[in-house]
Amino acid sequence: MKRICLWCGLACLAAIGSAHAALTIEITQGVEGATPIAVVPFGPVGANLPVDVADVISADLKRSGRFAPVARNDLIARPYEASQVNFRDWRLLKADNLVIGKVTPFGAGYVAQFQLFDVFRGVQLAGYSIRSDAKSLRRTAHQIADMIYETLTGEPGAFATRIAYITVTNGGEGKRRYSLQVADSDGFNPQSVVQSTQPLMSPAWSPDASHLAYVSFENKLPKIFEQDLRTGRRALIASFPGINGAPAWSPDGTHLALVLSKDGNPEIYVMDMGTRRMRRLTNSLGIDTEPSWSPDGRSIIFTSDRGGSPQIYRISARGGRAERLTFEGSYNARASYSADGNSIVMVHGTGNRFQIAVLNLQNRAMQVLTDGPLDESPSFAPNGRIIIYAAEEKNRGVLAEVSVDGRVKQRLSAREGDAREPAWAPLRQ
Amino acid sequence: MNKWIKVGLIIIPVLMLGACGTTGGVKKQEGAAEQGGAAQTPESATTTGMEPGGGAEATPLPGGGAATGMEGNGAPSDAAGLLSKKVVYFDFDSSTVHDEDRAIIQAHADYLAQHPTVKVTLEGHTDERGSREYNIGLGERRAKAVAEMMKLMGVSADQISTVSYGEERPAALGHDESAWHLNRRVEIVYGGP
Repeated sequence: MKRICLWCGLACLAAIGSAHAALTIEITQGVEGATPIAVVPFGPVGANLPVDVADVISADLKRSGRFAPVARNDLIARPYEASQVNFRDWRLLKADNLVIGKVTPFGAGYVAQFQLFDVFRGVQLAGYSIRSDAKSLRRTAHQIADMIYETLTGEPGAFATRIAYITVTNGGEGKRRYSLQVADSDGFNPQSVVQSTQPLMSPAWSPDASHLAYVSFENKLPKIFEQDLRTGRRALIASFPGINGAPAWSPDGTHLALVLSKDGNPEIYVMDMGTRRMRRLTNSLGIDTEPSWSPDGRSIIFTSDRGGSPQIYRISARGGRAERLTFEGSYNARASYSADGNSIVMVHGTGNRFQIAVLNLQNRAMQVLTDGPLDESPSFAPNGRIIIYAAEEKNRGVLAEVSVDGRVKQRLSAREGDAREPAWAPLRQ
Repeated sequence: MNKWIKVGLIIIPVLMLGACGTTGGVKKQEGAAEQGGAAQTPESATTTGMEPGGGAEATPLPGGGAATGMEGNGAPSDAAGLLSKKVVYFDFDSSTVHDEDRAIIQAHADYLAQHPTVKVTLEGHTDERGSREYNIGLGERRAKAVAEMMKLMGVSADQISTVSYGEERPAALGHDESAWHLNRRVEIVYGGP
């Protein structure tokens, strides 16, 4: 009887896990030449775990665009200990690499152990065992995917990170419900951190990923709040007459750039988060908005239509003259830096089409990565390999991802309503 | 007996989830909260409720009643029903008031000038194209264009406030020009913010 109880409980957990994945991932454009890798279901056989660890790892590796996990049905053997591995099997399958592992109960949680092999040389490339509390096994799987990714590519992974985004659902009687959500980078474990009947906008992560700043129209006027994600407590940052918008944390977390129109039209200000004192950065008759800091904190890029149409400009974080960065396209807006500071991603509009484009700051080449027609709010993954953005599809707002080379595309669809304004959290320091 | 009760309790949520799946999951909020509880890490976010919205909507509107109140003034706007029109529309990325909408703004300006205690909020909106915060700026520019016009027409500055919602509160939900042109607008809302 107890056994049935346990089995039912686990089945129930698994059902919750999939039924409430508010975002589902669908690869919409794959890539030729991705490295084949075999990820064997984690042992021991028959263990009823709340998470299929190998499945999470495979999905992560696949959506990076750089790996092609072997279909589970094609796996020749199911080893989960090194002693069970016969490299000849995996060479026949033409898998360059092999991942095996097992999850064993440990105290109130688990220990997950994995090994990564080079199939052709027959050697282990990495092997770790990671302790996980009962509720964090899925996160542990993402961490394993990050370790595999880093071992094989030499670049850090970004799978064990989170995204924030806004959802809008119809609450009946024409009332909209806005929600600020935080989810794992693959859309799982969504949690609403703010709900409102008035618009929520522009979520921005603090550099340590502990706080979100955002705009809320509660009481029908825009205000900027800063919210501690752990406690849910929040502080009012700005509620001046006019616009209070587009918050952006400096890379060291000591300052917040924001947009206020209290002095007549939208200008960019920088607030010292310690003293709450502000200084004004821009001064033009146009709309200056959407500030974003360079990774070294020395400059800020922003959108301005001072030249007639919205374009991207760069200004020293201490102020001074702004330099125009974009000249291609009639509409360039909402730009942000890659983590290495070498490129910026933005909304790029030509005529009626709005797409996501990356500008290489070294050679000033602009590469359009998406097809539109209404793509917006791009945000780099902290490792710079993937860009998440919002798109309009079949009359719904969806989140989508594109690899930075434009070759792999995928969609994260909410089950109902619209999803928009994704912001990828920085790696926790 | 106890064990059966346990099994029963566990099976119930499975059935409920099944129902959820077929109807497309109606209770997303609750689902998300449940999931959050199931997978909470020490650094997980917690849900906070928002303060209740302000009571900005309980202010008297000049609608038809106000228009009849103006009959004695012989304003042409009454006959034309201009005061009942409370929305003016704009071209893409533009804050220029169309000539044909000046009469609507004039009618409201006359009413406000004659009723100096009445306040109005001009709500600026845009269509969904382009970036959201830029559109907040554009919506404000539209609201201010109407505000400036009203001031020139004799309305006191302290009767007028402006707010921009950008593309966040569309009047029409489509994704083509027929919806977009209805969304590029300034709404004249009687009552302060």
